[in-house]
Amino acid sequence: MINTKHIGRELPPVTFEVEKGRLRFFGKATGETRPEYLDETAALDAGHPSIPAPPTFVFAAELDAGTLFSLLEELQVPLGHILHGEQQFTYHAPVHAGDVLTVQSTIADIYAKKNGELEFVIKDSSVRNQHGHQVLEARSVIVVRNPGEKSV
Amino acid sequence: MSIPSWDTVSVGDALPTLALPAISRTTLALFAGASGDHNPIHIDSDFARAAGMEDVFAQGMLPMAYLARLLTTWAPQWQLRQFHVRFSSMTAVGTKLVCSGMVTEKLERDGERLAKLQLAVCDEQGVAKIKGEALVALT
Repeated sequence: MINTKHIGRELPPVTFEVEKGRLRFFGKATGETRPEYLDETAALDAGHPSIPAPPTFVFAAELDAGTLFSLLEELQVPLGHILHGEQQFTYHAPVHAGDVLTVQSTIADIYAKKNGELEFVIKDSSVRNQHGHQVLEARSVIVVRNPGEKSV
Repeated sequence: MSIPSWDTVSVGDALPTLALPAISRTTLALFAGASGDHNPIHIDSDFARAAGMEDVFAQGMLPMAYLARLLTTWAPQWQLRQFHVRFSSMTAVGTKLVCSGMVTEKLERDGERLAKLQLAVCDEQGVAKIKGEALVALT
């Protein structure tokens, strides 16, 4: 069982530069064909300051930094046992190539269901840009399967 | 396509569906790199089997990214206010996903007019892989 003493814990802040090449790669990987999401000139023509970051892109920031995986390792949760249960984004301002974001996450809750067969880790994140403006908030629900723990 | 507005959008309106090609191992490898999710359970069959899975399966954020394409095709991205999904079942290699959405409510919040959408990503048999909701500002 994951120790609930970690509830309220702040994870190390992550700085993430939104790069044009990474946005093009993300576009390719998700089958994007609209030119404004792939090409800076097309983005400028469409009225954007640069290539826009798609709605789920910023999730990469903490994955790149290994924030969650480091925590799970410390909590002795095997990577093969985790599932993504829910994901929520609340948008406050646009994000484009060239922005430098800072992600600050907190473990909002940890709880078990089915007598510990499933555990849930809730992570809340606030993302600010280089001007200090909050651009988005995110909430992730991570589900840990504990095959050894059977409900009775 | 015209930008959805308060006057043109009605409850019950369906968004144009987005049908994706079959998920391949290449799709999963590319998305692992692009999304930063390097969990081997999505890209290494040996690891997946050792973890008790039949095979690798898609990162949850992949169908969510497809759903984001559906949303930003319907309305400009900067009108998107909130996007929430629950991952209901795993997406196997070879699955052909279809993203769909419907307007379920028109509301005003903090002086802004919004459409509430109900969203789903299903396989060809109609089994939901993810379900969700979004709030989109209307002009």
